[in-house]
Amino acid sequence: MLRQIEGSHAIAESVARCRPEVVCAYPISPQTHIIEAIGVMVKEGTLAPCEFINVESEFAAMSVSIGASAAGARAYTATASQGLLFMIEAVYNAAGLGLPIVMTLANRAIGAPINIWNDHSDAMAVRDSGWIQLFAETNQEAADLHVQAFRLAEELSVPVMVCMDGFILTHAVEGVDLLDQEQVDRFLPPYEPRQVLDPEDPVSIGAMVGPEAFEEVRYLAHLRQLDALDRIPEIAAEFSEMFGRDSGGLVRPYRLEDAETVIVAMGSVLGTIKDAVDERRDAGERLGVLGITSFRPFPLEAVRQALAGRERVVVVEKAFSLGMGGVLATDVAMAIGTTTLHTVVAGLGGRPITRTALLDMLERARTGRLATLSFLDLDEGVIARERARMATVRRSGPFAENVLRDLGRPREDQA
Amino acid sequence: MSETRVHFYQVGSFAVGNRLLSADERTVQSDRRRTNSIDSGHRACQGCGEALGARYALDAAMRVTSGQLVAVNATGCLEVFSTPFPETSWQIPWLHSLFGNAPAVATGVAAALRVKGRDQVRVVGQAGDGGTVDIGFGTLSGMFERNDDVLFVCYDNEGYMNTGVQRSAATPPTARTATTDAVGPEPGNAFGQGKDVPRIAMAHGIPYVATATVADLHDLERKVERAMSFHGARYLHVFVPCPLGWGAASSETIHVARLAKETGIFPVYEAEYGEVTGVTKIRRQAPVTEYLRLQRRYAHLFGHPGRPDVVARLQAMADANIARYGLLATEEDE
Ligand SMILES: Cc1ncc(C[n+]2csc(CCOP(=O)(O)OP(=O)(O)O)c2C)c(N)n1
Ligand code: SF4
Ligand SMILES: [Mg+2]
Repeated sequence: MLRQIEGSHAIAESVARCRPEVVCAYPISPQTHIIEAIGVMVKEGTLAPCEFINVESEFAAMSVSIGASAAGARAYTATASQGLLFMIEAVYNAAGLGLPIVMTLANRAIGAPINIWNDHSDAMAVRDSGWIQLFAETNQEAADLHVQAFRLAEELSVPVMVCMDGFILTHAVEGVDLLDQEQVDRFLPPYEPRQVLDPEDPVSIGAMVGPEAFEEVRYLAHLRQLDALDRIPEIAAEFSEMFGRDSGGLVRPYRLEDAETVIVAMGSVLGTIKDAVDERRDAGERLGVLGITSFRPFPLEAVRQALAGRERVVVVEKAFSLGMGGVLATDVAMAIGTTTLHTVVAGLGGRPITRTALLDMLERARTGRLATLSFLDLDEGVIARERARMATVRRSGPFAENVLRDLGRPREDQA
Repeated sequence: MSETRVHFYQVGSFAVGNRLLSADERTVQSDRRRTNSIDSGHRACQGCGEALGARYALDAAMRVTSGQLVAVNATGCLEVFSTPFPETSWQIPWLHSLFGNAPAVATGVAAALRVKGRDQVRVVGQAGDGGTVDIGFGTLSGMFERNDDVLFVCYDNEGYMNTGVQRSAATPPTARTATTDAVGPEPGNAFGQGKDVPRIAMAHGIPYVATATVADLHDLERKVERAMSFHGARYLHVFVPCPLGWGAASSETIHVARLAKETGIFPVYEAEYGEVTGVTKIRRQAPVTEYLRLQRRYAHLFGHPGRPDVVARLQAMADANIARYGLLATEEDE
């Protein structure tokens, strides 16, 4: 049912219908209204069973979410700006452990100088953390993305951050059509963890991983992001089929057909950009827009296709890397670049970068066999075994530990 | 299940194999059915007090909970020496997240168990002194203040051992560490005001706070058992000598721990809801020099000319503990 509602309250209701079992957060503008509203629902008993925990810092909020998720509960938190930076060590940790926590990021600038208003610097500060980052254009999309986020996170065992512009969206009152409980239940199955702390089946989670396996563990996390590139549009399509509404997906093209110039952006500014484009289109200019919904994983292929053959691409972004320039623009350049550019990831977690491996890599580059993104000295066998395990068993366990156990086993080819 | 071979540890006069006691008075460690929560084969140094303390505490907790236990561990020696995977020593569900967040992670685990209706499963958080009194202090205090259902155990070896023996807020005055070297006019750690976390825990008014040492196995196990009889936040501060960091012989771990108690340097007591309810009296009082001389971290206080003035200050600290907690046995105690 379409209702006039504040963005934050729409998110709170949408999250509540996802039946989170542990909600733990620390207040910071412009996220406060979301967690206040969830707090009320838990206290009055309309959201149950659910534990709402007030903590002493964002670092604790993410840490409580980590513990709750590892013990098998559906966990949710929300933050912004300084709060995200305060929890950053735990943000990386949640992703590294593969815990499907969902977090709303009410995007806000980072100080100094202190500033409570919207930009995307906070999201950019954790873009390499291993979280999936989805950007909402409207409050309707933000509300829908949360439902999709839990589904995606739990399927892949990866945490998902739903980014929505602080104040511009969180505090805007506009029409939002919220799914009812029965609809959400149909779309989002109960959480079935891949790994769980259980006295009946004791596992160690969070073990020390040395150079012998760190790269494979990291690469597996990257593969899950690539899996998300497939699952994000599939889940969005399913959502649209069930509820008749387009929300989510990887990218959002607008009037691209014959566009010579394409403007690329993320978040609520897309609305304004589309208005401007409509106006110039009326004046005869061939303009189009490409909205990026999934910033991590970054949809290189979709962006490449959307931007192929254009005369000009303009990236409008609410963050930049000081001393360098655009952040989103760098990713877009990676998608459309004409010069052959390769990335070779090497030396993760102390793995030696050997001369032999480097020479081999250079030879592959010379003969055109080097992929755009490759991983030096990656043990494909270990990756294949863990992927196979994940494909066949839901409770496949902590993946870092699985990889190490595999490495400890005598190899079939040697046995 | 295949039977685990029992290794006996020498633990002084309250020895594990004390066959003179009736079966129900014997320690968990002397029982073949103990869990071996942290199993042999880990990489701790020989004589590591922390390895011993963790094993005692967790096996006792396992017994009282009938095996319904989850452990959350901070970064530190205990975490590193127990899990160079795939050789994990943990026979119980175990989660390591970060250095400074174990109390909050434990809160999250407890919340999940409650919401799932699995109240019979209990949660133990554990960390070294660094993870407890320094970097984890904020999350610890938050967990206490909310009275979350977690037993938090601090294994106090008085320094950051895992990173190579640097000073923590639990490092005693004058002790040599890598960041408070025994050089200059005032060698070793400076005299500060100290940070007495058991008393700070008591100030939170939580149901149970206790201190213990690895020298008294019966006392340690009993305190774990007592702690598990409460719900809400509980805190156990265990004194665990570190042979490597303290420059003590591996074979002296129990002796050093016992002397810490017998000198008054480490008061052993328990408290409920903020009030001290029991004190372990000194059995044979020893001067602090007896304790200090066993450890190279205090070597600069002795020899010629030595620093009798500084030793006197340390003795005064021990005497203050003795007075505060009434650690000396009186006529009535006999
Ligand atoms: C945020 C952070 N800072 C620093 C470290 C490095 N570090 C790891 S363990 C440790 C010391 C642990 O000391 P303590 O908690 O007393 O445990 P111990 O090793 O002495 O048992 C330090 C400083 C870290 N892992 N994380
Ligand atoms: S350095 Fe100390 S605390 Fe660490 S394993 Fe060795 S004896 Fe134990
Ligand atoms: Mg320590």
